[in-house]
Amino acid sequence: MADATAKQVLFEPIFSNNPIALQILGICSALAVTTSMNVTLVMCAAVIAVTAFSNLAVSLVRAQIPGSIRIIVQMTIIASLVIVVDELLKAYAYEISKQLSVFVGLIITNCIVMGRAEGFAMQNGPWLSFLDGVGNGLGYSVLLIFVAFFRELLGAGSLFGVSIMPVVNEGGWYIPNGLLLLPPSAFFIIGLAIWGLRVWKPEQVEEADFKMSRHTVKEAF
Amino acid sequence: MAKAKETVSRTLMVALVLSIAFSVVVSTAAVLLRPAQIKNQNLDIRTNILAAAGMLEPGASPEEIEQAFSRFDVRLLDLDSGEYVDPSAVGVDDPMKYDMYKAASDPEMSTRILSAAEDPAGIKSRPDVAKIFTLSENGELVRVVLPVHGYGLWSTLYGFVSLKGDANTIEGLGFYDHAETPGLGGEVDNPRWKRQWVGKEVYGDQLQEPKIRLVKGGVSADAADKEHKVDSLSGATLTSRGVENLVNYWMGDRGYQTYLKKLRQGEV
Repeated sequence: MADATAKQVLFEPIFSNNPIALQILGICSALAVTTSMNVTLVMCAAVIAVTAFSNLAVSLVRAQIPGSIRIIVQMTIIASLVIVVDELLKAYAYEISKQLSVFVGLIITNCIVMGRAEGFAMQNGPWLSFLDGVGNGLGYSVLLIFVAFFRELLGAGSLFGVSIMPVVNEGGWYIPNGLLLLPPSAFFIIGLAIWGLRVWKPEQVEEADFKMSRHTVKEAF
Repeated sequence: MAKAKETVSRTLMVALVLSIAFSVVVSTAAVLLRPAQIKNQNLDIRTNILAAAGMLEPGASPEEIEQAFSRFDVRLLDLDSGEYVDPSAVGVDDPMKYDMYKAASDPEMSTRILSAAEDPAGIKSRPDVAKIFTLSENGELVRVVLPVHGYGLWSTLYGFVSLKGDANTIEGLGFYDHAETPGLGGEVDNPRWKRQWVGKEVYGDQLQEPKIRLVKGGVSADAADKEHKVDSLSGATLTSRGVENLVNYWMGDRGYQTYLKKLRQGEV
């Protein structure tokens, strides 16, 4: 990792090493906040800010952190940043913060943030760590926006709250697909996105854990 | 160096310094942003009251909302007697500062509802004093906005019902806080659905029991009692039932009925 360049650190997590698609981290919030584009974008901005600044802060004090309490120190840093972000949203984006409600607070438990602090920022300098945080936040955002695009368009017939396909309830022709408004639909979309990504970048396909041997036993007929 | 980092005293030191540093960061953010947050919350409540009363212009600026809201009188109402009470009775100087939902969890300021049969709205305890909003024109009361809440499918819905001066005809209804399923129960926020409520009548001819019903399949023009019936939300039977129950509960004799009766007779 020592020879990682700024550009690699920033852009690799977007497609080549996407935290959601390859590492399968941060799925919880990807299900919860992707019913509309507006909410998703704010959530993405919040996650980018938290991963970037927590990485920066952890990296700055990494030489001082005793190994025995390093996880709890990282938790403290992340939790403080999340509270600050939550307070900022309540002050400047009240409507959206009401919709995000508990999920801003739950950024604390987002595995991506903790994973990058422990996996990258503890070994790298502040600038690279900051970029790594931004990069991973972006990787998370790309997938969330992808999911939210389909969920809002097909589930509510709109994008960014602007009606694209007028729905029947409002006198239009489109019968919205209610499943897409429910969290499980995000699983399908994320699954399809991962499939698409691995067709495009076959090196991400995991090796099979085992191979089925040929069927040799003759059955009863 | 690795060794020096691991001593107990150093570990404690690092923990202490970081805790202090980050508590300063968090408290600074909380203190500095508090005024903006309170402003947002107040604006939000006023917006919801205006929206329920059907007086919210689309795209109104905060100043316009403030101005429209200032025409309302904020009053505290004793639910059992149906009389207005003085703010000092609940320990506040400004009626706007009274929080009836906080009061509901204070045993001294609320009445516990013990049996499920008496609690169709699923609220468990009801505050003794409600904060209501009245609008008078030329000395005559023309609108009254009443806070209501109750359980739907997943969550407690909080909202307002606005009645005309006859204390019977619904002027509007809206919920500002709930966590029902988006697209199904969440359609309680749908403006088209909410519009159906306008002009419905809460009470029958005898002005006794509240008679609001949410019915399946829409309300046809020749339906019996159509002035009390509203189309329920499709795919959200339990949310619809919750809305029906909470409106009837709050308009019933444990809710605002005593007050509304007095209002009609011009006693308050």
